[in-house]
Amino acid sequence: MSNGSRPLSPHLQIYRPQITSVLSISHRVTGLGLAVGTLLMVWWLLAAAAGPESYARAAGFMGSFFGLLLLFGWTFALWFHFCAGIRHLIWDTGYALELPKVYLGGWIVIGTSVGLTILTWIIALIAW
Amino acid sequence: MVEFALPRNSRITPGKRVSNAKGAKRAKNFKIYRWNPEDGQNPHLDEFEIDLDKCGPMVLDALIHIKNDVDGTVAFRRSCREGICGSCAMNIDGVNTLACLKPIEEVKGDVAIYPLPHMKVVKDLVPDLNQVYAQYTSIKPWLQTQSATPPDRERLQSPEEREKLNGLYECILCFCCTTSCPSYWWNGDRYLGPAVLLQAYRWIADSRDEMTGERLDQLEDPFRLYRCHTIMNCTRTCPKGLNPAKAIAEIKKLMVERH
Repeated sequence: MSNGSRPLSPHLQIYRPQITSVLSISHRVTGLGLAVGTLLMVWWLLAAAAGPESYARAAGFMGSFFGLLLLFGWTFALWFHFCAGIRHLIWDTGYALELPKVYLGGWIVIGTSVGLTILTWIIALIAW
Repeated sequence: MVEFALPRNSRITPGKRVSNAKGAKRAKNFKIYRWNPEDGQNPHLDEFEIDLDKCGPMVLDALIHIKNDVDGTVAFRRSCREGICGSCAMNIDGVNTLACLKPIEEVKGDVAIYPLPHMKVVKDLVPDLNQVYAQYTSIKPWLQTQSATPPDRERLQSPEEREKLNGLYECILCFCCTTSCPSYWWNGDRYLGPAVLLQAYRWIADSRDEMTGERLDQLEDPFRLYRCHTIMNCTRTCPKGLNPAKAIAEIKKLMVERH
């Protein structure tokens, strides 16, 4: 009986999502999202440099419903990645690694990033 | 390597359904992962309905009841039935824990039981632990010294020095934490995983051990230590309430401090 024919036990398929793993994967996904969002920003800057016509096209896209949705997602990704990143820095110093603090920190990250996203958009919409 | 889907030979198919709860006041359904190395079939999920009044309160009691009275072919490891041997580690209701410490009543609805995640299965709920044991051996889990042993007494330790081993020495090597770690799932061939790293730190933190530098040298590797991304599933799942993530963070701090 060779080991090669042994099945692999299920993992992602059966493991219960919990705040530990969900926030960890969200940190990665928002990091990816930020990379994509940076492309959007590069396009915006390039368009601004290229002249009024191309800028109007870029600004028009970002002012559209889909564009605003992307920007909203990008704002949340930015704040979430920022807050979760600070949490990781604190962990790297050896603090707040006890389970109750891990949970508290997780909820603080969620609350703060949602709050900052809403605040950013309130300010943005007033200025707009 | 990150592979989200299970290999073709590992996909789970529906299994049989057996009821042994006729006239039961408190019936409960157990869904148990089965794989028989001798029948050439894929793994399947068998359902057993049992009467909770015929067995003890823990999930392990239910498994023993099923094996004794319903289906003698169900394979699982167990020994002490009181959370000190680490044999009955398995995934119950989506989280790794010891079956002997998990009350059945904590599980709402059906009780789903799988072997420890992302491991090669020997049979049913019995995972192949050769790799984790080999990794444990690699950190030399014993006291290493260079100085001569005092001729007239043991190597002594102050109460404060001994205190540092609390939360480390209690690990029973059940590997619930290691097999809950997504980093270990994807890089278990080279990443040592939380249980083994907690043990590595247990010897690093021991004031009597004189090979701290060598121990850190051996861990200083992109994979062995640094695949830990502080996901914290390990600490969340430890049935003994230990904190492998904290031990790993302490090792990382020592790495920084010595440079």
